[in-house]
Amino acid sequence: MEVALEKICKEYGEKRVLDDISFSLGKAEIVALVGPNGSGKSTLIKAVAGVHGQSSGTISIDRTDTRQLDPIDLAKCIGYVPQHFTYTLYSTVFETVLLGRRQHIKWSVSDEELSRVQHSLEALEMEHMAGNYMDQLSGGERQKVFIARALAQDPKLFLFDEPTSALDIRYQIEVMETMREITWERGAGMIIAVHDLNLAYRYADTVVVLHGGKMAGYGKPQEILTPECIRKVYGVDAFVVENEQGKFLVPFRARASN
Amino acid sequence: MTEATQDKDPVNVSVHTLYKAGSTRRITLITGLSIFVMVAAILSAGIGTVSITPQDTILAIGHSCAVSVQNLLHTYLPSVAAWYDTIPFTIPAPSNPQAELIVVGFRLPRIFLAILTGISLAGAGAVMQGLLRNPLVSPFTLGLSSAASFGAALAIVLGPGILVSYFLLSYDMWIVVFAFIFGWLSMLLVYGISRSRGTTQSTLILAGVVIGYLFTAGVMALKYITNNEKLRELMVWLMGGMWGASWNAVLLLIPLVIICFFLLERRAWDLNALSAGDDVAKNLGINVERLRLSGLMISTFAASCCLAFTGIIGFVGLMGPHICRMIIGSDHRYLIPCAGLMGAAILLLSDTVARTIMSPVEIPVGIIMYAIGGVFFLFLIMRGKGRGLY
Repeated sequence: MEVALEKICKEYGEKRVLDDISFSLGKAEIVALVGPNGSGKSTLIKAVAGVHGQSSGTISIDRTDTRQLDPIDLAKCIGYVPQHFTYTLYSTVFETVLLGRRQHIKWSVSDEELSRVQHSLEALEMEHMAGNYMDQLSGGERQKVFIARALAQDPKLFLFDEPTSALDIRYQIEVMETMREITWERGAGMIIAVHDLNLAYRYADTVVVLHGGKMAGYGKPQEILTPECIRKVYGVDAFVVENEQGKFLVPFRARASN
Repeated sequence: MTEATQDKDPVNVSVHTLYKAGSTRRITLITGLSIFVMVAAILSAGIGTVSITPQDTILAIGHSCAVSVQNLLHTYLPSVAAWYDTIPFTIPAPSNPQAELIVVGFRLPRIFLAILTGISLAGAGAVMQGLLRNPLVSPFTLGLSSAASFGAALAIVLGPGILVSYFLLSYDMWIVVFAFIFGWLSMLLVYGISRSRGTTQSTLILAGVVIGYLFTAGVMALKYITNNEKLRELMVWLMGGMWGASWNAVLLLIPLVIICFFLLERRAWDLNALSAGDDVAKNLGINVERLRLSGLMISTFAASCCLAFTGIIGFVGLMGPHICRMIIGSDHRYLIPCAGLMGAAILLLSDTVARTIMSPVEIPVGIIMYAIGGVFFLFLIMRGKGRGLY
């Protein structure tokens, strides 16, 4: 599995929100998109997910341009969890996860599809909640249901836009560990937009730093997410601490102007 | 997955069991509602100023059908008619000599119109609520009813002019055509306005509400300028009811409603996916804009066709889907038929009560419908087990 983004640009009217973004990822690789609010992380993820196309540039999966793929085939390749998700009243957890199998279902639901749903729920340890209604869950549990829906899609590439934003620190670590295991087990790639730089530090193989719609850094987290980079991109002073668990970034002061 | 595999993997049983239990209950409810509507229709055909026994009602319907088929065959397929005449079994005429005329001639078209209108409005409501992810959306709130009212009011005020004779339309059909055209055009207008602002659900609903107010203003203006005789006719149409029922109307509506129903059912899975949001639906390979446009146009078409004959019927389009969602959840494969049948049941019961409670005087169906539907809806909320599917 190989995903390549080449010279991706996205414009809304006169405004260019993504400018010349290029990077690639391979099998079982996690790429973290980091950058301040409005830097283009969500826009880039939506462009790759097929939610809206890029204005120019090419996104390819296994050397096939995604624009040449049928939408249903693209849906089989890419699983996407948005930053903000919706659900309807009276929909249950397993029905929501079952939506991930939409492209495989004509009308009736086969046992195989239901088994995929079951396994996705088990991967996130939510099988005991399968019959619960969505509005009975906490925000974090709902987010995990949407992650389970993406797992049920069984894609080659996962796209997560702030997947841990509604989760407490325990769930954050659990979910990130689970997602890392899944990429290894399935050989899938993952692009993940995160605000928590330490999650990127710890779980990403590669980091793409976005600033004003442009790439401000690309490489291994420890090499890219330096105090200098944080200061330049976020306008925040930070330092790195290191112990036996690894390296950690500690942001401590916002600078007067960015 | 085979049963043997499931046995080895006991956790797997839970989602399978949940799904199958849910499907069984949903199918049971749909079957139960279908039987209820059929039984209610037969009983309703016997109730009225002249009471007819259920046995005579069934015989009247059966006998009339057999005779109609025989006449059709003799006219168009004489060879089949010869075989048909040799069938040794005959359905006897009802003991009450008036039964056939009353049941088949007067009451059945009205019952069919109530059922078809209930199915269309509640089915359309379920689809519109799903498409726009808003529980307050219905043919009424999206401006469709106001637009159809305006069309009918315009036809009534203009009167049967030269155009009626030019198009060989009866005066009643003239009103129906106007109501239908304006009802459907309103949705095109709503969609066009919202699209120019970027098709979000909010802009679409807002555009619907605004268009609804504009057409309401038009209706008020027409009421203000028209004379007393036409005003009365206009008020009767605006109150809504099954007065416009006829076999011609029913035979026109049956194929239209069936076709619209199947076209909407084909979109049921896409509607389910849309519940997760536009972005997720797009990622799942669904063309959201096309789905929204086609779904709105088909459901509007079905609702407009029926509203054109019945006048303004609110409530079922909003409450039918809600009541069903509370009982069977939001899987549109089951929700659309279930809501349609619930709408048919509510409207049929209401119309039967409306025409019999003060017989021979009829009261507007809306009065009864709001009472029956409202009490039932409150009952579902109060009992607190409205979501007991799983």
